[in-house]
Amino acid sequence: MAQWDVEQHIHSARQAGWPDRIHAALKKHGIKQVGYVADNGIARLIDLCERDNEITEVALASEAEGAGLVLGATLGGERAALLMQSSGVGNCINTFSILKNCAIPCVLVVSMRGGPGDFNSWQVPMGSMTEPVLKLCGFHVLHLEREEDAGPVTENACQLAFGGDTQVAILLSQQMVDRTKPKGH
Amino acid sequence: MDRRALVARLLENRGDLLVIASIGSPTYDVAACGDHALNFYIWSGLGSTPVAGLGLALARPDRRVAVFTGDGDVLMALGSLATIGVKQPKNLAIVCLDNGHYSASGMQPSATKAGVDLAAAAAACRLRVETVSDLSRADELRTLLHSGQGPIFIHARVDADDQKRVVPSRDGIAIKRRFMLAAGTLG
Repeated sequence: MAQWDVEQHIHSARQAGWPDRIHAALKKHGIKQVGYVADNGIARLIDLCERDNEITEVALASEAEGAGLVLGATLGGERAALLMQSSGVGNCINTFSILKNCAIPCVLVVSMRGGPGDFNSWQVPMGSMTEPVLKLCGFHVLHLEREEDAGPVTENACQLAFGGDTQVAILLSQQMVDRTKPKGH
Repeated sequence: MDRRALVARLLENRGDLLVIASIGSPTYDVAACGDHALNFYIWSGLGSTPVAGLGLALARPDRRVAVFTGDGDVLMALGSLATIGVKQPKNLAIVCLDNGHYSASGMQPSATKAGVDLAAAAAACRLRVETVSDLSRADELRTLLHSGQGPIFIHARVDADDQKRVVPSRDGIAIKRRFMLAAGTLG
């Protein structure tokens, strides 16, 4: 992580970068607060939010805090998003009820783990249940498989969430994330 | 110390103070002072109140935010004290009504009953801590709540009793809209 040069990463990947496209779409839709728990797969997206003076980023000690943060931001008139790894979704099941009960709009970006090729089999149980859990929690689930779809999918998520006071999750395919995440992890 | 008496003193002449209360006794305490459009009651997700206060305080740095919570809520979310300590919101005050018990769910003892010190935990997380066990400093604490530099953590040792429940609305969408309309934050 410490060795990861963001600019070098973009150029070596020869792409605009899905994190940049997600970040740009979140900005376009007026997201002002971003709560996250550190994760290698979304490291660049977190970094983009941290460097953005128009976004207040909040490093959460647990993903479970995310719903409370989004509630507070919404009550204060600010749009908010959450970034986390799929394992963190399991930590949120109870607190997500707040978003459902109060119709609090939320865009949740989830980097998937536990799929084919994951080096750590312990990630498989939670990775396997992430999507059904989110649906049971009332989230509308979108999939992001290809870098070029990052902008439209994120914009769609924002429109659904903020247009109808609903909760929308974007699941980042592990294959897409793995291609672009820092080496050595 | 009687929890309702303290909450009533802290909310005197509250002006445009934004208030969030946790599920259970703190919500009943705040409602007992009179329902208010700038009250938001969190009826689920125990442990979410402090960080909800953070989100609100960050969104509205021009307003004062007061969170009323209990030992059970804070114990479930000790990590969120660290989250708040990092952001250092100057306009946030957390009032932890610590009676050492889960008073809304059967009076089972909490960790603070065994000596776990939430004031020390909050101080370690870089919150400005005031500890109070009687009403003699209520005016001073009220001033602190309304104008002191946060993040403030008022650790109030209160009696372990289950007072008459004053139950405000559980309509989450209605209390959200009411709050945002009164706070001027609705679209």
